[in-house]
Amino acid sequence: MSAILSIRDVQLSIGDAHILKGLSFDVPSGQVTGLAGESGSGKTMMGLAICGLQPAGSSLTGSIEYDGKNLLGLPPREMNSLRGSEIAMIFQDPSASLHPMLTVGRQITDHLRHHTGIGKAEAARQAIATLGELQVPNPESALRKYPHEFSGGQLQRIAIAGAIICKPRILIADEPTTALDVTVQAELLRLLKHLCVELDLAILFVTHDLGVMSALADRIVVMRTGEIVEQGSRFDVITAPQHPYTRSLIDSLPHALSWGDQGVQP
Amino acid sequence: MTDRLLEMRNVTVGYRQPGLGFVTAVDDVSLELAGGEVLGLVGESGCGKSTLARSICGLEPLRTGTITFKGIPVNRLSLRRRPKPLVAIQMVFQNPYASLNPRRTVGSQILDGVRASVRPVRWTVAELLSEVELDAADALKYPHEFSGGQRQRIAIARAVAASPDLLIGDEAIASLDASLQAKIARLMRRLAVESGAALLFISHDLAVVRVIADDVAVMRKGVIVEHGPVSQVWDSPTHDYTKRLLAAIPVVDGLGTMPGTAA
Repeated sequence: MSAILSIRDVQLSIGDAHILKGLSFDVPSGQVTGLAGESGSGKTMMGLAICGLQPAGSSLTGSIEYDGKNLLGLPPREMNSLRGSEIAMIFQDPSASLHPMLTVGRQITDHLRHHTGIGKAEAARQAIATLGELQVPNPESALRKYPHEFSGGQLQRIAIAGAIICKPRILIADEPTTALDVTVQAELLRLLKHLCVELDLAILFVTHDLGVMSALADRIVVMRTGEIVEQGSRFDVITAPQHPYTRSLIDSLPHALSWGDQGVQP
Repeated sequence: MTDRLLEMRNVTVGYRQPGLGFVTAVDDVSLELAGGEVLGLVGESGCGKSTLARSICGLEPLRTGTITFKGIPVNRLSLRRRPKPLVAIQMVFQNPYASLNPRRTVGSQILDGVRASVRPVRWTVAELLSEVELDAADALKYPHEFSGGQRQRIAIARAVAASPDLLIGDEAIASLDASLQAKIARLMRRLAVESGAALLFISHDLAVVRVIADDVAVMRKGVIVEHGPVSQVWDSPTHDYTKRLLAAIPVVDGLGTMPGTAA
């Protein structure tokens, strides 16, 4: 239950634009923390900042405390050794996050070999086990295939495999199901929940879809234009939102509307 | 003119793919659409729903079958100008970033649509912009000055400008925020219904289709597996695939109910 990652008063600005205006929240292990907001709210930038991937030339202040260390003050060398091994990230578009000309096997073991120094054969063995755990069909032959040979849902599983193969403690998932069909999304949400419990992962799940949030997140943080407008347990935020912005997000979901209120103007 | 605006009879469309031979994307589909009707077409990626939409616009050669619009056969678009009556079919695509010309003002692009109108009832650019809740002054701006949702509204305004009798939205809301999707979908429905046009709304999201469509057709692997009034399909789906699609929609109850069926 202890928060493995605690974010305090994080501010990010690029030139005169203030992208994040003092965010504070915790990401505990074994739980999914949802970061919700519309496009442009800064939710992706928050995820990137945790990985030390904020845009060049931006100024980042506050503290992101992981395991007793403030990630913001860390020298690049130390950050590099954490990124990918202890803090991993997956993105919205798996076909863009995987290199089209390298085999899947190479891509999901590259950083594993770099961080642990194990040999190719051992890395391949671990890759097969991880792909199997993520229910990718025929893990052995999948290692020799290229990204274009897989569907979007399978690619996202492969991207997740690459993220968790180093056994990270934190997984930042930036809209991982947005580009997928609802049925595939449902499978992936179940898979992420399973991983979260099984590996005691701290997942920061970034999405604009409060419907997905209601299924997966344990706690929800709602962001708007770089500020947190509301945070709380899933049930409280979804069923009794305190902030009018959260309410408007929930009310605008098609699930909340019933068939027949055609008269209501959009 | 009220019935049988669009008639598709046993339409089969496919592609030749290297190594795979001939892939059938749309398999023997028959559909009818009357004026003022809103039909939702639902299915997963790769089920052929976009190919179906493109074939209605004459963008795909038919392998077999016929498509007629107001009694006029829809043939494959060639280098020549589309037959005038077929301009009354207008389409809104998934990606507004790609469907608007970045080097022209949105006003001039909407004006293209107005000029192409087949009907004497004409809109002005300012009217169209206000219909989609944008400012008349926005006509002088370029697409990059707008957000994704605004751009999609501009693409809708451009399609509506031609006073279509059939408006097709091919995943027109998929690239938008969840909170915007229902709003834009309803906007499309309102504009189509108010102008007496039919709307073919293609989406992978049954939840959105449910709030705007009268009828829904569920497509899988090129075949329409279920077709009926929305309330009927929603409340008592008959096909297993439809049931699976419905089960996969996340429930917003705050209880952490996982969508889909346990693997």
